[in-house]
Amino acid sequence: MFSANLSAIFYLISGVLFILALRGLSSPETSRQGNFFGILGMIIAITVTFLSIGNFSSGFIYVLIFLLVGGLIGAYIAYKIPMTAMPELVAGFHSLVGLAAVLVAISAFLNPEAFNLGVPGDIKLGSLIEMSIGAAVGAITFSGSIIAFLKLQGIMSGAPITFKGQHPLNALILISIIVLIYLLCSTQSSNLFWALLAVSFLIGFLLIIPIGGADMPVVISMLNSYSGWAAAGIGFTLENTALIITGALVGSSGAILSYIMCKGMNRSFFNVILGGFGATAQSTSSQNKEQKPVKSGNADDAAFLMKNASSVIIVPGYGMAVAQAQHALREMVDTLKKNDIKVSYAIHPVAGRMPGHMNVLLAEANVPYDEVFELEEINNDFANADVAFVIGANDVTNPVAKTDPQSPIYGMPVLDVEKCKSVLFVKRSLSPGYAGIDNDLFYKENTLMLFADAKKMTEDITKNL
Amino acid sequence: MEIDPFIFRLSIFILSIFIGYYVVWSVTPSLHTPLMSVTNAISSVIIVGAIIAGLAGNSDSIFNNSNIFGFLAISLAAINIFGGFLVTQRMLAMYKKKKKDK
Repeated sequence: MFSANLSAIFYLISGVLFILALRGLSSPETSRQGNFFGILGMIIAITVTFLSIGNFSSGFIYVLIFLLVGGLIGAYIAYKIPMTAMPELVAGFHSLVGLAAVLVAISAFLNPEAFNLGVPGDIKLGSLIEMSIGAAVGAITFSGSIIAFLKLQGIMSGAPITFKGQHPLNALILISIIVLIYLLCSTQSSNLFWALLAVSFLIGFLLIIPIGGADMPVVISMLNSYSGWAAAGIGFTLENTALIITGALVGSSGAILSYIMCKGMNRSFFNVILGGFGATAQSTSSQNKEQKPVKSGNADDAAFLMKNASSVIIVPGYGMAVAQAQHALREMVDTLKKNDIKVSYAIHPVAGRMPGHMNVLLAEANVPYDEVFELEEINNDFANADVAFVIGANDVTNPVAKTDPQSPIYGMPVLDVEKCKSVLFVKRSLSPGYAGIDNDLFYKENTLMLFADAKKMTEDITKNL
Repeated sequence: MEIDPFIFRLSIFILSIFIGYYVVWSVTPSLHTPLMSVTNAISSVIIVGAIIAGLAGNSDSIFNNSNIFGFLAISLAAINIFGGFLVTQRMLAMYKKKKKDK
């Protein structure tokens, strides 16, 4: 029906539309239009595929049925999912891209004629390399994302799981993947293909288990990147421009996000990936804590401080997401604004469990996005603010990162919360945060600790204002 | 000497990485979560391969091995396409500017 050249041009168009979809995200105003471009690109790609196959027999009905079943499940999830569960959702979606890549690679391997790649047992060498790379990366994405999903969902403990010989074992498996691809290409044996898949699933699993919960922003971004490379690998096999362009876009997008997240923690990518962070630090810091005096207060004290302030900066963190406190927080801020108090929000790049997590939650609670600032934009304002309200954040406010070269988080960019006239710190207890180190901020003269659940405390403060 | 078409695809790939690099750096950090969900949705264009796999061969034996894998992949990719774009839409609809009268 459709000539190969004509479909290639349409695939190119949908690739360009995907670029525009990402381009739209440069500002919230253009983002909705961008999303529309993305949808349009997808519709074009799917339609062209149908037209170029031109086989509207019974198989076509099955394709539509499977498409609709998947689509309904996807739409249902998209409307039901609470915004606080967004990291789990994204991890789950990554695993599906990975698995889909694996399945497409398997069917290309079993039935290469359909893809013009040769015949079983004699697949073109280039195509075989491309599909085995696509399949291996897809499998790693799948099993890695499943682990990330389980950790984020809390089904599996967020604590790093480490054991002796972990790194040599992983290195051995990674080498065996390369060897398997080499052997597969020289023998075309299907057993080696299955072995390659099994080993790749295993390494995806092993790579993610040693990484702790708060490093999940890096992991999710990294898996995002992998899902892109897997798609690109399959794109080469299928000689499909849309898939190659998209794979490259997604791959570099995930890589950049991982880089931003690592920089936000002042840690190298390999330091995060090798894992185990937080587990070792915990034991050293636990001996000398809770000796120093701490000032604690109640909702009444906090309300009094804020009522007399002229500007307040709010520092949200993962704890706010856990307590689902974003709506209560916005109500508190509304009351403050009625009293002519200037309120802004300060977001650390790694606050939460995925890039931009806090921004989405605040947007959900109807906080206008022009009141929300990134670390570099707002850090100088702390010195001029009267009250900093830290809700659910910890390590990202720790002044130790600036003062103590011995500290595991030394050099990490932190919010200069301590420069405020007074600091209100909502936390359930004095326990250290993810990095396993004490926060000096707790013991500062101008800090008032509010020991309570974040949501309950914010509601109480609102009542007292 | 003719140039292998693979080289052309490789060129597209490399140049797209650069486009991705510059486009993604221009994404505002507050939209990083929608960025992830939309990249999720678009990478499911892999459904193209799944459809080809599902419809491969003649229509009488549509449920042989390699077709089944294709059909499963269609469903998985469809979950991602619909889920990814819709959840992105839902998130983006929440980003609002300050009202003037406040």
